[in-house]
Amino acid sequence: MSALAKLRPTLKTAEFRAIMAFAIVLGLGFIFSGDGSFFRLGTHRDALRQVSVYGILACGMSVVVISGGIDLAVGSILALVAVALSKLVIHLHFSPLLGVLIAIAIGGIAGLLSGTLVAFGKLQAFIATLAVMVFSRGIAKFVSGGQKVATNITAPDGTSTFVEVPGLFRAIDNKILGDNVSVVTIIFVVCFLITWLLLSRTKWGREVYAIGGNEEAARLSGIAVKRSKLLAYVLSGMFAAVAGICQAAQEQQGDPEAGMGYELTAIAMVVMGGTSLLGGRGSVGLTMIGILTIGYLEKILSINAVPESGRLVITGAIIVIAVFAQNRR
Amino acid sequence: MTAPLVELTEIHKSFGANPVLKGVNLELQSGEVHALAGGNGAGKSTLINILGGNITDYTGTIRIDGESKKYAAAADAIRGGIVVIHQELSLIPTLSVVENLFLGDPLTKRGLIDRKAMEAEAARILKRFEIDVDLRAPVQELPLSTRQLVEIAKGLRHKARVVVMDEPTSALNEIETQRLFGIIAELQRQGSGVLYISHRMEEIAQIATRVSVLRDGQIVATGTPRELTPDVIAAHMVGKPLEEVKLQVQADANMVGEVLLNAEEINFSRAGQTVVDHISIQVRAGEVVGLAGLEGAGASEVLWTLFGAHQKGGSCKMTLKGNPVDCASPKKSKTAGLALVTNDRKTTGLVLCASIEENAALPSHAKYARFGWLNTKAMLRAMDILCRSFAVKSANFSEAVSSLSGGNQQKVVLAKWHHTNPDVILLDEPTRGIDVHAKVQIYEQILKWKREGKGLLLISSDIHELILLSDRIEVMKQGKVVRQFSREDATAESVMRATISA
Repeated sequence: MSALAKLRPTLKTAEFRAIMAFAIVLGLGFIFSGDGSFFRLGTHRDALRQVSVYGILACGMSVVVISGGIDLAVGSILALVAVALSKLVIHLHFSPLLGVLIAIAIGGIAGLLSGTLVAFGKLQAFIATLAVMVFSRGIAKFVSGGQKVATNITAPDGTSTFVEVPGLFRAIDNKILGDNVSVVTIIFVVCFLITWLLLSRTKWGREVYAIGGNEEAARLSGIAVKRSKLLAYVLSGMFAAVAGICQAAQEQQGDPEAGMGYELTAIAMVVMGGTSLLGGRGSVGLTMIGILTIGYLEKILSINAVPESGRLVITGAIIVIAVFAQNRR
Repeated sequence: MTAPLVELTEIHKSFGANPVLKGVNLELQSGEVHALAGGNGAGKSTLINILGGNITDYTGTIRIDGESKKYAAAADAIRGGIVVIHQELSLIPTLSVVENLFLGDPLTKRGLIDRKAMEAEAARILKRFEIDVDLRAPVQELPLSTRQLVEIAKGLRHKARVVVMDEPTSALNEIETQRLFGIIAELQRQGSGVLYISHRMEEIAQIATRVSVLRDGQIVATGTPRELTPDVIAAHMVGKPLEEVKLQVQADANMVGEVLLNAEEINFSRAGQTVVDHISIQVRAGEVVGLAGLEGAGASEVLWTLFGAHQKGGSCKMTLKGNPVDCASPKKSKTAGLALVTNDRKTTGLVLCASIEENAALPSHAKYARFGWLNTKAMLRAMDILCRSFAVKSANFSEAVSSLSGGNQQKVVLAKWHHTNPDVILLDEPTRGIDVHAKVQIYEQILKWKREGKGLLLISSDIHELILLSDRIEVMKQGKVVRQFSREDATAESVMRATISA
C-alpha cells in the first residue's frame, strides 16, 4: 500500500501514461503476432517507415498545439509541396538541392500565411488554418492541372513518354544500414530532434509554452507573442513540406489528392501522447510516444489481416480510451 | 439548549499525503455571523468546499439542526439550504445578468424558458440588493464590483439557512460593502447563519458575532470580536506583528532621491469613453507613490498605460531617468526599465500550468540566451536562488505554480519582475487576497526596493496599507487626479473621503 502511495506521483505523470498505452499496444503485438511476423525486424522497419510522414507532421503540430493553436493545413501543404517538387525535379529537371529548398520555402510561406492570420489577423487558429488548408489544396490542383505529376508525361498530342525517377526520390525512398532503416525514418527522427531542441532549449520554445499557457500573462511579461505564434505556424508549414518531399519520393509522383486527412492523424498522435489541446502543456517527446502507439497499433492490426474498416474503428476507440486515461487526475 | 444550526465535528481531509484539515470543530448558530480568519493554505477553501458539498471524501460529521448530513454534490447542499458564495467568480462572462442569475434552474412555463418572468424576478432581486444594472448586458461588460454583487445576489436567490461567504468584499468599494452588510443583517434577522470569511479585520470587527481563527487545518482560537481584536487575530494567524513593518517604514521615510519616472499626458479611453484624462505622474528614486481611487476611477488603467499594456486607446509622454520611453508595448517598457505587477495573478500575472521556475524566468529569458539558445542550467540555477531569496514556499521549484498558495504565487510574480532589474515598479493590488504573513513579506520587499533606490507606484484598495507604505498619495476620480496627500497629512478617513467626495 505504501509502496503504491509512493509510486502514485509517477503513475500520474503524462509520460508514464503515454508509455503505458504504448506498452499495451506492444503487448498486443506479442499476443497477436500475425503468425510471428511481429518478431521479424522487417515488420518494425516498415512500421517506422509507414509512420514517418505522419510523424513529421505531428512534430510541427505539437509546437502549434502547445502554443494554444491547431494547424489543419498540414495535409494540404504536404500535397502542394509534393506536386510542386515533382514538377520541379521530374519535369523541369531542377537540381535536387534547389528543389528541396524551394519545396521547404513553399511550406514555410504557407505556414507564414496561417501564422499571420492567427497572430496578426486575430482569427481563430481553427478557422485560419482551415482556410489555408482549402487554399493550399486549390493551389496544388492548379499547379498539377488536377493530374498526378508523375514520371509518365503525356504530351498534348496524346503520346506519353517515361522519364527516369529522379535520384532525389530514389535516395529518400531507400533503406540504409544493411536495409534495416528507411531513409524517411531518419528524416523523421531528425525532425523530432530539431523540434525537441527548439522547444526545450531555445528562448522561443519556452515562450511558446508560456503563450499556450496564458497568452495575456506572456504578453504582459514583455514577450513578443505575435512573432512567436507566427513562427510556430511557419515551423509547422516547413515540416509539412518535409513530409511532402518524403511522400512524393515514396510515391515517385506528386499527387494533388495526397495527404487528405493527415492533419487529423497528426492531431490524434499529439493528443495520444498527452499534450493538451488547451495549450501550454505537453512535449514533443510525448508526441513521439503517441506517434509510435498509433503507428504500431495500425501495423499490428494490419499484420493480423484486420480489414481497413475494422482498423479504423479500433484505432478510433483506442484514441478515445487513451485520451480518457490522460485526462483522469 | 437547541442544537446549533451547523455543527462540524472532527473534520479531517487530506490531499494525497498532505493533510489540509486536521480535526476541525466549528459551530454556527441561527442568527449568527461567524467570521473565519486564516492565512492562505490554512484550509479555509477546503472547509467551505466540504460544507458546500463540493468535496465528499472527508472524515468527520456535519450536523444540520442536530441531524447528521452528508451531501453528495453541491446541488444537494443547495437544496439543503446551504449556499456558498465563492470568491472566484462563477458567473459565465458571455451570458446576461438574468441568464446568470437563473443558471441551472430557469423559470419555465409549459417546459419552455419564461424570459419575462425571469426578468421580472431578476429586477426584484437586484432591487433588493440595490444593484443598478442592465439585466440583458453580458456579465463580462460589467465592472468587477458589480459582477461580485450579481454573484452574491445569485447565491441568495434561494432561501438559504446557511450562507457561506468567501471574501465577498474583495472587489467591492466602501459603499457596496456597507450595502452587503445590510443584506447580512437582514439574513441574521431571518434566522439564517452566516459563515463569513475575510482577510479584512475591520470588517470582522464590524459585523461578526463570533470569530474563529483557522491555522494549519485546525481552529486555534474562537471568541467574540471583543476578545479577538485584529491584533490578536493576526497574532493567531502568524505571529509576526505588523508593528515591525511600521517601524521600518518610519525609519526609511524621506530617502527620496532624483526623479526617475516623469510621465505626462497620460490618456486612456475604452470604446470611446475617457477612462484616464490627461494625468501627470512623477516618481522619484526610493519613493512609493500611492494611487487611491474607487473601482472605475482609472488607477489601474494608468499603470497599464504607462506599461504599454493596453493594446489600443492608451498614450503618454514619458521619460525614465531622463530618456524618453515609448509606452507602446510591454516588451518596450520592460526593456526601458519598467515592471508591472497586475492586480490578478491568476489571469494576467502567471502562467498557472507552468512551473514556478518557468514563471520566474519568463520576462528574463534574454539574460540567459545567446542567439536564441537558452543556457537552461544557468537559468534554473539563478531561478533557484531567486525563489529562495523571495521565500517562495515549495519543496520543488519545478512544480506547477498553481500548486502554491496565493501568497506564494504573488511572491513569484514579484520575484520575476525583480529579476529584470527594473528602475520603476508598478504595483497594482500586490496584496490582494493573501494572508497576513505573506502580506508582511511583500511589504518588506517593497521597502527593500525602496532602499535600493527603485521608484514604486502603488495601488491598493486597502487604505491602511496604502497609507502605511506611500510617501505620497494621489487620489483619482473619474480619470483625473483630484487631490494629493503627503505622508504627514494622509489619514485613512481623509483619503477615503477624497476618493468618494465630488
